Amino acid sequence: MSKTPAKAVEKPRSFQSIILALQNYWASKGCAVLQPYDMEVGAGTFHPATTLRSLGTQPWAAAYVQPSRRPTDGRYGENPNRLQHYYQYQVLIKPSPPDLQELYLGSLEAIGINMDLHDIRFVEDDWESPTLGAWGLGWEVWCDGMEVSQFTYFQQVGGHDCHPVSGELTYGLERLAMYVLGVDHVMDMPFNDPDALIPLTYRDVFKQTEEEYARWNFDTANTDVLLRQFEEAEAHCKHILEQPPVDPKTGKRIIMVHPAYDQCIKASHMFNLLDARGVISVTERQAYIGRVRTLAKKCADAFVQTAAGGWSEDAA
Amino acid sequence: MPDLLIELFSEEIPARMQTRAAQDLQKLVTNGLVEAGLTYASAAAFSTPRRLTLTVEGMLDASPAVVEERKGPKADAPQKAIDGFLRGAGVSRDDLEERDTPKGKILFAKINKPGRPASEIIAEVLEQTIRSFPWPKSMRWGSGSLKWVRPLHSILCILSAEDGAQVVPMNVDGITSGDITYGHRFLAPDAIKVNNFEDYEAKLTRANVVLRADARAETIWNDATNVAFASGMEVVEDAGLLAEVAGLVEWPVVLMGNIAEDFLGLPPEVLQTSMKEHQKFFSVRNPKTGRIERFITVANRTTTDEGATILAGNEKVLSARLADAKFFWENDLRVATSEDGMATWVKALENVTFHNKLGTQAELIERMAELAGELAPMVGAKKEEAMEAARVAKADLSSEMVYEFPELQGLMGSYYAKAAGMSDAVAAAAQEHYAPLGPSDDVPTAPVSVAVALAEKIDKLTGFWAIDEKPTGSKDPFALRRAALGVIRIFVENDVRISLMPFLYRIGEIQFLSDFVEHVDITTSVAKEAVFEAIMSGERIPKLKGKDADARFEFLTEWIEDRIGVESPFGDDNPNLVVDEQGERLDYDQAAHNLLSFLHDRLKVYLKDQGIRHDIIDACIAMPQNDDLTLLVKRARALSETLKTDDGENLIQGFKRANNILTQAEEADGVEYSYGADVKFAETDEERALFKALDAAEAIITPAMEKQDFTTAMSAMASLRGPIDAFFEAVQVNSENPTVRRNRLNLLSRIRATCTSVADLTKVDG
Repeated sequence: MSKTPAKAVEKPRSFQSIILALQNYWASKGCAVLQPYDMEVGAGTFHPATTLRSLGTQPWAAAYVQPSRRPTDGRYGENPNRLQHYYQYQVLIKPSPPDLQELYLGSLEAIGINMDLHDIRFVEDDWESPTLGAWGLGWEVWCDGMEVSQFTYFQQVGGHDCHPVSGELTYGLERLAMYVLGVDHVMDMPFNDPDALIPLTYRDVFKQTEEEYARWNFDTANTDVLLRQFEEAEAHCKHILEQPPVDPKTGKRIIMVHPAYDQCIKASHMFNLLDARGVISVTERQAYIGRVRTLAKKCADAFVQTAAGGWSEDAA
Repeated sequence: MPDLLIELFSEEIPARMQTRAAQDLQKLVTNGLVEAGLTYASAAAFSTPRRLTLTVEGMLDASPAVVEERKGPKADAPQKAIDGFLRGAGVSRDDLEERDTPKGKILFAKINKPGRPASEIIAEVLEQTIRSFPWPKSMRWGSGSLKWVRPLHSILCILSAEDGAQVVPMNVDGITSGDITYGHRFLAPDAIKVNNFEDYEAKLTRANVVLRADARAETIWNDATNVAFASGMEVVEDAGLLAEVAGLVEWPVVLMGNIAEDFLGLPPEVLQTSMKEHQKFFSVRNPKTGRIERFITVANRTTTDEGATILAGNEKVLSARLADAKFFWENDLRVATSEDGMATWVKALENVTFHNKLGTQAELIERMAELAGELAPMVGAKKEEAMEAARVAKADLSSEMVYEFPELQGLMGSYYAKAAGMSDAVAAAAQEHYAPLGPSDDVPTAPVSVAVALAEKIDKLTGFWAIDEKPTGSKDPFALRRAALGVIRIFVENDVRISLMPFLYRIGEIQFLSDFVEHVDITTSVAKEAVFEAIMSGERIPKLKGKDADARFEFLTEWIEDRIGVESPFGDDNPNLVVDEQGERLDYDQAAHNLLSFLHDRLKVYLKDQGIRHDIIDACIAMPQNDDLTLLVKRARALSETLKTDDGENLIQGFKRANNILTQAEEADGVEYSYGADVKFAETDEERALFKALDAAEAIITPAMEKQDFTTAMSAMASLRGPIDAFFEAVQVNSENPTVRRNRLNLLSRIRATCTSVADLTKVDG
C-alpha cells in the first residue's frame, strides 16, 4: 500500500460528500466497504465486523459507517458538537500494515484536508473498552488541536490476545466534517449539497430527533423496562451460547455467535440508557459493566470456535 | 576510538515516557557494553516523539583479550572427569597446570578469551536491549511478536571513526539496521544518510527536527513568554505541561490565540483545567485584569500561512470545549441558587454508593456532619457552621462540572456555596476539606475547614477499619495512609489538642451492630437495608459522647433493639463482654486500638522526615494520653532536641544505669523501691549533691509538666546528667549497709520517676 501522489482534491461541500470520499478512499485501498450494523451501539467498535473479526488468525480489511448512540451526550441539539446520535467511520485491517499511519493521513487528504496548512498530531490515547474486555495502544489524532480520529492497535478483545494485531481507525464523522467544511455548529452543516434542489442541513435531518431522544434518555425512559430488558438480553445471550455446537436439525456445526452477540450489544445499550437516567451508582456501574463484559467474553470464546474465527475441522 | 550512534525510530512515543526511555536506553546499552569489556569516554541519550537516540563516544573498537582461570578436578581424578573438564574449558591436557592446594593436587586450566570486535558486541547488546526494554506499556503490531511502545520502524546503528562510518549489522524481527534516519513527518519526511552524531544532529535540524527535549522546551517557553509579553500579557507557568508539550513536537512553533469573550466569565481554574487537560494549551493572563484571556498552543510545524489555519482551528476547538464548560457552569449555578440549593445535589447522592459496605455518599455526608459538629468546639469552630459546611462539602460531586472535570471537586463546591449565599468559611471548607492530599500539600487552618477535613478523614479511617479493609503492603486502594497522614498533619500543624480514642470507638460500634444484625432473624431485604442504613447513619455519634465502654454498648443494644424491634441475641450480658464460640471475649474496641497503632506508625514516618528517630517516638507513645497526637509530638520534639545535646545524650546513659541497677535489685528483692529516699542517710558529697539536684530539677519539672511544657522539663532533666554521673563515679549503690543500700535504691527510683515524666527513656537507644 503506497502513498498516493498528492493531487488536487476537490473541496467537499457537504457531510455526505465527506462520507463518500472516505468510502471511495478505503475501497481504493482494498477494504471491503460494509454497511452499518442494524442495532443500537455506542461505537463502531461494537459492529461484529470489528469486535469479532479482530479475533482469530483470518486476515480482514473492512470499512463502514456506524451510527452510534451515547445517551449521556445528548444536549437537545443545542451544543455545537455533542449529540446523542452520531456517525462513526470505522476501518479495521488485520494484520495491521506497516504504513497504516501513512494510509490514514492519505484519507485525510482525500477528504480535502490540506496537509501543508494543518497541524496533525498523534497524541497518546490508550484505548480500553471495559464492556468488551478489550484494550489496545495508539493515539487520538489531532488536527489543529481537534480530535478527528482514534487510531488503535488492538492487543486484546473479549479477553483474547490478538494474533495477528488489527489496526483500527475510528473517525468521528460530524466533528471531522464540521472541521473540513468550516461549520461552527453541527446543526448548520449541509447534509447534502447546498446547491441541491432540496438542500438539507444536519438540523433538518436530526435536530428534532436530538430533542426527542434527549428528553427520553434523560427523563422519560422507563427504568423498570430498561432493567428488565437488560436482564432478558443477558439471559438470552447465555442461553444461545449454551446450545450444543451441532444443530440437531441440519446436523451441521453452527455455533450461534452472532445472534448471541446481538444480545450482548442489546444489554450494553440498555446499560447506557440506564446510565443516562442516572439510576446507576458508581459501584453498581462496575457490576453492570462486568456483566456485559462477561457476555462479550463468552461471545469471543465462541467466535474463535467458528470458521471465521480461524477454527478448522483439521486443526480441531 | 570509534563513536557509536544508535537511533530507534518508531511511530509516536507517548510524551510522558520519552525522557525515561532515553535514560533507559543509555543505561541498558552502556551497561551491556561495559560488561562485555567495551569501555567508553562519554554517552548521552535524547528523545523526540518519534525516536530514541544514543551517542557513545570514545569506545574501544574491540573488547580486550582476557585470560580466565578455571579450577578443575583433582590431578588423580578418573580420566572421565578430566576429559569432561577439558571439553568444557575447550583446552587440551597440556594446557593444564597442577597446583598444590590444602585439598591436594588440583588441575587448573588457563582459557584465553580473545577480544571481540565492537560491532559484534553492540549488535548483541542492542538486540537484547530492544527485546527487554522496560516500557511502562508495550504492544505488538502486524503479524510480529516483537514488543515496543508503538510499532518500531527502523534501527540506525553506526560506528564512526575518522575514516568513515560503518553500519553495525543486525536484524531484529525483520528490522535491519542501517545508517538512515528520517526528518520531520510532514516538513522533511525523506530518508537521510548520516555519518556520525554531529552530522546526525545537524541534518535533523535541517530536516526540522530538534533532537534535544530541553532545547525544545526552552524554545517553547522563550517564544511563549515573548509573544505574550508583546501583548502585555504573561504566561501562567506550568513545568509539567511544558515538559509534556516538548514531548509532543519535533519542531515547535508557538501560537497565541484568543479566548472568546463569552467565556471570560468562567472561573479561571475552569478555563485553565479545560485548556490544559483537553488541549495542552498554556493559559495567558492579563496582569491588569488578573483574568485568563488568551492561550498559547504549540504546533509541530511551520506553514505558509504562518499558522493562521492552525490557530483558527485551535480557537474553534477551544470555543466548543468552553461552550461545554459554560453549559455545565450555568446549569450548576441554576441548581446552587435554586430554592433547595445544593441540597438537591446531596439528595442525588442518596443514589450514589460510597462503598457497598459503607453506604451511600449521602450517608457519608450525614456522618461527616455529625463528626464535624462534635469536633467543631475542639478546633474553635461553631458547631452549626461546621455541620453546614460538612453537608455541602461533597455536594459538588453531583454537579455537572465535577462530572466533567473530577479534578475540580471541592473547588467548584466552594464557588457554588458562595453563589448559594453561604458564608465564606463554609465555601472555603468545601475546597479545603480534601486537604492535605500530599505530604507537601498545605493543611487547612480555618477552623471550619479543619473540622470538616478531620471529619472526612476520621470517618474514612474508622469506616474502612470497621469493614476490615486496612492497607496491606503496597496495597492501599482507599488511600488510608494518606488520610492518616492528613489527620496527623492537621492536628500537629494546627496545634489541635484532641483525644482521638473516643472517635475511634465507632469502629467497634459498627462491628457490634453488624454482628447483632447477623445473629438475629431479619427476613426481608427491605428490613435488612433499613438496618444497614441505621448502622451507617451518623445519628448516634453525639449520643455516645463521653460514655465508657459498658455504657456505650448498653446504649447501642437498646438503640438497635428499638430500631428493629428485636431483642439482643447476646442476652442481658454486657455485649462488650460477650464470649464467642471459641471462648474468646469479643472486645469490640480492639480495632480502635489497632487504628491508633496505625496512626502511630504513620506518625513515625512523618516525624522521621523531620529527623526524629523511631525509638524517640516509641518512648513517647509509651506515655499516657498517647491518643492526643499533638501532645505526643510535643513530647517527641522536646526529647529529640534534648538528645541532641551532650547532656541529653549522657543523661540517657546515666538513666539507664540507674534503671538497670534498680530493676535488678527490685527483681532480686521482690520489692519496689518507691518509698522515697532520705538525704539523712547519704554518706558522700556526691550523694548529697544528687539529692539537691533532684530537688532543684523537680521544682522546675513539676510545674512545667503541669503546663505540658516538655522542653523546659527535658532541659531540667538534662541538668541532672552531671550529678548522676558524679554519683555513679563515687558511690557503690550496693552498700553492705542495708539501710544505705535501700536509701540509694530509693534515690535511683526518684531518678527513674523524674526522668520518665516526659517519655519512657528505657525505650531510647543508646
